[in-house]
Amino acid sequence: MCIKQVPGVSEVKIDPNTNTLVREGVLSIINPNDRNAIELALMLKEKHKLEVIALSMGPPQAEEILREVLAMGVDKGVLLTDRAFAGADTLATSHTLSLAIKKILKESNSEEKYLIICGAQAIDGDTGQVPPELAEELGIPQITYVLNIELSEDKIVAERKFRATEIVIIETQLPALISVLNDINKPRYPSIAGIMKAYEKARLTYLDSNTLNADKSKIGLNGSMTEVRKIFIPKRRVNPIMLVGSNEEVVQKLCQHLKEDKIF
Amino acid sequence: MSIIIDEELCTGCASCMESCIYGAIELDNNIAFVLPNCNLCGACVEVCPEEAISLDRDDVKAQKIDISQFKGVWVVAEHYKKKIHNVSLQLLCKGRELADLLQVNLSLVILGTDFDDKLEEFSLYGMDEIIYIKSPILKDYYSDLYTKVITELVLENKPEIILIGATPTGRDFAPRVAKRLSAGLTADCTGLEINLETRNLLQTRPTYGGAIMATIRTPSSRPQMATVRAGIFKMPEKVKKNVNIRKLEYEFKEKDSVLKIVKVISKTRNSVNLEDAKFIVAGGRGVGSKEKFRIIEELAEVLDAELGGSRITVELNWLDPDRQIGQTGKTVSPKLYIACGISGAIQHLVGMQNSGIIVAINKDPNAPIFNWAHYGIVGDLHEIIPALIEEIKKTKSEQ
Ligand SMILES: Cc1cc2nc3c(=O)[nH]c(=O)nc-3n(C[C@H](O)[C@H](O)[C@H](O)COP(=O)(O)OP(=O)(O)OC[C@H]3O[C@@H](n4cnc5c(N)ncnc54)[C@H](O)[C@@H]3O)c2cc1C
Ligand SMILES: Cc1cc2nc3c(=O)[nH]c(=O)nc-3n(C[C@H](O)[C@H](O)[C@H](O)COP(=O)(O)OP(=O)(O)OC[C@H]3O[C@@H](n4cnc5c(N)ncnc54)[C@H](O)[C@@H]3O)c2cc1C
Repeated sequence: MCIKQVPGVSEVKIDPNTNTLVREGVLSIINPNDRNAIELALMLKEKHKLEVIALSMGPPQAEEILREVLAMGVDKGVLLTDRAFAGADTLATSHTLSLAIKKILKESNSEEKYLIICGAQAIDGDTGQVPPELAEELGIPQITYVLNIELSEDKIVAERKFRATEIVIIETQLPALISVLNDINKPRYPSIAGIMKAYEKARLTYLDSNTLNADKSKIGLNGSMTEVRKIFIPKRRVNPIMLVGSNEEVVQKLCQHLKEDKIF
Repeated sequence: MSIIIDEELCTGCASCMESCIYGAIELDNNIAFVLPNCNLCGACVEVCPEEAISLDRDDVKAQKIDISQFKGVWVVAEHYKKKIHNVSLQLLCKGRELADLLQVNLSLVILGTDFDDKLEEFSLYGMDEIIYIKSPILKDYYSDLYTKVITELVLENKPEIILIGATPTGRDFAPRVAKRLSAGLTADCTGLEINLETRNLLQTRPTYGGAIMATIRTPSSRPQMATVRAGIFKMPEKVKKNVNIRKLEYEFKEKDSVLKIVKVISKTRNSVNLEDAKFIVAGGRGVGSKEKFRIIEELAEVLDAELGGSRITVELNWLDPDRQIGQTGKTVSPKLYIACGISGAIQHLVGMQNSGIIVAINKDPNAPIFNWAHYGIVGDLHEIIPALIEEIKKTKSEQ
């Protein structure tokens, strides 16, 4: 399972007077869709015998979200943290994640049969591109925007949101990757016993670019093809024409304007 | 790799602090310094009025390719029931503009079957060329087959720009193609421009739920790939011109895909088509209750408009989920958008700010929605809307 630490959305606000960003001590949370990914993994674990590992690439503080998911019942957490990973676009992010996944699979001898669960998209970068790019990197099939899944010995059958009015049911062999929507389940809260367990040392491992044997040209800023040129806060569009008067007057004025604008 | 601040040039104006979405710049003694949680996005470099900030890159880019070999703009068509999805048509309109600036061809790439008798109709949308990949299995969408066909076509034809609809289909195969080609991909663009000197595509997109806009470029890789949501760009005018048609047949078998489509379930509900609506009347929490929403519906009826709403109205069960407008709902661009009792949260605004004329009715004169509206009325919607309905009826009967 891949999880990402993101700023709490409510923390990113715009001051309407100055049109600048207001940030009251940026609080970080688990990306909401990734909670659904964890819940799904834990539900599958209850039904089948399997080990659930959560993987996150981020700054050292991302350890907090791994502790949180360990408390929810995840077996192991892996944190990929290194200055060299910073500035990654989705190509570099998916490459880095794939290196760690390959390493974990090799060490646990499970290269033949595994399932990667991601969130459909992260609320900050919000591209939804990491899951398909990761599947491509691992050379496994993908099913994105999943609403429901059944896992059996060597295959999955998943419901995928396809169009506003259509759902498609797709079957594929394991290993595979899915990305899940928030409609899939209601994530659980950490338990007290879980919180105790989350602080057992052996449950969290750290990997950096050296332990992953990463090619420096494929990670972080260097491995990124997209470059952020400029970041700005969207401008207000127009100065509104405020219509004043009695109710009858304002609606008359409005209809007059709309006629002039050739709406009617 | 690091952000370097020239302490001698820094005046402590704090522009960089404001631009940093990670909160990774602080001032010490009126000089900016970078905290360890900096993610090297480089946004501060642009905003510094003193040019005191630079992003120091190592020179070890993965591959150096000759970008001048790449020419042409492509739009990959999304289709449904033998019709091209509006988002693809809108991309043809924008694609035409970009291709003209770059003085290259615009191509529509379509993967499917049964389109032979449709190509003439499609050719009215302003492209120079249609590349039609024909195979019976491509009646349906398979991520692996799309990826294979499109990457092979790109490697052979070398287009410089590929535009794809940000639909569940486009968002599924575009990243996979980008990865196979090691090409940069920018998601959900709302603005596309060209720098004619470098031929770079400047791609503007909302992030953080629309609170922040970012302009992104992919200077060292080709093709430059971008996805765009429906309703962002205009529909093209129909034109008659000579369109070159290239038809390539593929002999795919079902077993060539690792995916098996078990079944497609259609939800039988009347499908709502907000994306194509000319007029939309939308209600927010200010409407008050499910029963009171009736007045919004009445206004929609007299205007022959589609009904929409904010996420809260969907969460409260006042409205069907497929009528939600905004970041996690639909992106719309009707000629007229009337927002009733909607505060104008950024997540709502990103879904409707491209509308032609925006009218806001809200009892709070400081509601942010007024900053985006063309016409604003401060007052109780339950008094104003009934009056408005009468006035519209009168206006209509006069015409
Ligand atoms: C303003 C701005 C705009 C950007 N625009 C683009 C762009 O257009 N194209 C581009 O390629 N990059 C872009 N990036 C970079 C991108 O945000 C990062 O690469 C980020 O690490 C992953 O992308 P995302 O947030 O979109 O994740 P998504 O692809 O939306 O995430 C989907 C899922 O992938 C998994 N996942 C994602 N990141 C991680 C992680 N670090 N650790 C573990 N699991 C993870 C999670 O399961 C998550 O739910 C942008 C960055 C900024 C700051
Ligand atoms: C990750 C994320 C994604 C989101 N996605 C979306 C999305 O896609 N779409 C969306 O809409 N929201 C979305 N939201 C929610 C968004 O942040 C706002 O909470 C929501 O849009 C507010 O809805 P509202 O304007 O109806 O309600 P409110 O903000 O409560 O506003 C109600 C307004 O009605 C006015 N009012 C009250 N009574 C009357 C009256 N009698 N007459 C006139 N005016 C009256 C009030 O002055 C107020 O301005 C998202 C939030 C998050 C965190």
